[in-house]
Amino acid sequence: MSATPVLALRGVSKRFGAVQALTDVELEVHAGEVVALVGDNGAGKSTLVKTIAGVHPVDEGVIEWEGRPVHINRPQDAQGLGIATVYQDLALCDNLDVVGNLYLGRELLRYGSLDEVTMEKRSRELLNTLSIRIPSVRIPIASLSGGQRQVVAIARALIGDPKVVILDEPTAALGVEQTAQVLDLVERLRERRLGVILISHNMADVTAVADTVHVLRLGKNNGAFPVKGTTNEQIIAAITGATDNAVTRRLARNAEATQ
Amino acid sequence: MSDKTTMHQPLDEVPPPAVAPLDPRLLIREEGFKGYLTEFKRKLKGGELGSLPVILALVIIWTIFQLKDSLFLSSANMVNICYFMAGTGMLAVGLVFVLLLGEIDLSVASVSGLASAVFASLSVTHGLNSWLAVVLTVLTGIAIGAIHGFFFAKIGVPAFVVTLAGFLGWTGLMQWLLRGTGSLTIQDKGLLHVLGQRSFFMNQSIAGAYVLATLGVAALLIGSLIDQGRRRSAGVPFRPTSEILVRTVALAIVAYTAAYVLNKSAGVPNALVIFLATLVVCDFVLRRTTFGRKVFAVGGSIEAARRAGINVAMIRIQVFAISGGFAAIGGLFLAGQTYTATLQAGTGNLLMLAIAAAVIGGTSLFGGRGNVWSALLGMLVIQSIQTGLDLLNMDQSIQYMITGAVLLAAVVVDSVSRRTQRSSGRA
Ligand SMILES: Nc1ncnc2c1ncn2[C@@H]1O[C@H](COP(=O)(O)OP(=O)(O)OP(=O)(O)O)[C@@H](O)[C@H]1O
Ligand SMILES: [Mg+2]
Repeated sequence: MSATPVLALRGVSKRFGAVQALTDVELEVHAGEVVALVGDNGAGKSTLVKTIAGVHPVDEGVIEWEGRPVHINRPQDAQGLGIATVYQDLALCDNLDVVGNLYLGRELLRYGSLDEVTMEKRSRELLNTLSIRIPSVRIPIASLSGGQRQVVAIARALIGDPKVVILDEPTAALGVEQTAQVLDLVERLRERRLGVILISHNMADVTAVADTVHVLRLGKNNGAFPVKGTTNEQIIAAITGATDNAVTRRLARNAEATQ
Repeated sequence: MSDKTTMHQPLDEVPPPAVAPLDPRLLIREEGFKGYLTEFKRKLKGGELGSLPVILALVIIWTIFQLKDSLFLSSANMVNICYFMAGTGMLAVGLVFVLLLGEIDLSVASVSGLASAVFASLSVTHGLNSWLAVVLTVLTGIAIGAIHGFFFAKIGVPAFVVTLAGFLGWTGLMQWLLRGTGSLTIQDKGLLHVLGQRSFFMNQSIAGAYVLATLGVAALLIGSLIDQGRRRSAGVPFRPTSEILVRTVALAIVAYTAAYVLNKSAGVPNALVIFLATLVVCDFVLRRTTFGRKVFAVGGSIEAARRAGINVAMIRIQVFAISGGFAAIGGLFLAGQTYTATLQAGTGNLLMLAIAAAVIGGTSLFGGRGNVWSALLGMLVIQSIQTGLDLLNMDQSIQYMITGAVLLAAVVVDSVSRRTQRSSGRA
């Protein structure tokens, strides 16, 4: 793992009116590392993702990219750096077809006009690797099922040449086979030495692919665990804030003892 | 699986599919004509009416007027319809762009009136070169549209309020420009000469209309075949040759019939030629350029467009600038009809006609759905009604009521088809 993280958050805070969504959050992602971000509903995971993606800028704190502080104020800024994001709410245009959505904002051109043929061909290939059946890549997104849309949103993040891919609950709507494909994909991204931030409520998924688990609780860091050598119970305790009761302490001690 | 050779491959060329990509439940079109028909029926049920309601309406309107007055379908009257629809049509083209964003521009008629006054005062009062005056007039329209766009996109004032304010303000500016005289006579030269009532393509030569028809048909056929070839070699679905032929023949029938009818009188008015050329260019811009794609994206989902890195405010300003520019061009067309700039320019039901044309043609008021050809189809309907009522010597009061009813009908069709499309997952 490289010494300088490709993406680092230093003391990031974000406020929405009366809600302090993030307080002094720290996070590091290295090239070739899969960081899982977990936490209860409303813990601030999506907010964190959106600050990195430039949907809403941070109030306080610094985002560092390859060691240098950067300002990410608009989605373009994040894309320019090489951050690709799959949002929890997918953010697709219902009226555009699958190809249109996949290439939105980075259309392929041929003699200055849209190269629909190449875009369509690549879209089909890309969707095939994700094992999704889509009636046609030329139908509007509105006619797809929830899971099909989610796969389109994931595929979207892979077009272009990102260095960091952020996946906000990418498997929430997916079936068994498609979930497996997405987890495989995450591993492929790691092999290609991309940084991945994966948000999920499914501990099995998290422990299957992640290297590090960061827990967010009520908008604050509540522990970072290497996946190897950490039990699900420890992570869940950090998520629920039960870290300080007797049972979890015993569990933690036992875990240390067995190592 | 960590062999370094795969590292720099693009991500979209990795492992083979685990399931067959084709969904067995997918309704695949049967080959040939029968498939064409079943697909057509399915689309109708799903609320994808396309241009069908307009064409139906056009047939009904033409039948009724022809029964009332046998001169209606005469060549001279058809030339009339084609000539007079170009001016308002230009306003409708600009409105299509705005409607695709899901917004409205209520100022187009008043900007068109202002444009004729600006042009007249530049070229007549100030003696500017006629072509230079045209350029400055169009730039004025673009600037006005950009101002509307700025207040809407940057300040956040709803578009209909901004353009309503513009509607009043620009009418006022026009009246101020024409203060004292009340009207200015425009010289019959430069672009305005081309836009005149007696200006025909290739100087009224019989060949003119057929040249245009052949150009259109050939462009469609060659374009479709090239596209088919590229798609076939790329291994993506392509239009079967039979379908391409059906489309080409359909266009050929319409185009050559129109050419024949117009030729029986004086031929194709130059104003119509410019209008059609504009439509071709705008269609290209909307469907084949990144700008067009961005317009559709913003019309579909503002947030998704923003997150895709699209500068939503910039697109909005550009679209309103386009609308302002077309309003100015339309104003020049309308001025060319009488060679005057008057206080009446851009007043009356012009705004309603332009909006009605865009919506009747099939561009949705709700944003994200439509095309510029709706300006042509819609204008055919609108201008047929106008000309028909004129032939029958109907009072303006009746014309207003009918225009209102037609606009309402178009909006009802739009809303209903949106609902059916929603329930069948198409919107
Ligand atoms: N745009 C917004 N305006 C106001 N408050 C917001 C906004 N977005 C998020 N919040 C608040 O910030 C907090 C964190 O929300 P966030 O969406 O980040 O949670 P999450 O961890 O992603 O939860 P989940 O697991 O349910 O997706 C919540 O209390 C939420 O109400
Ligand atoms: Mg969330």
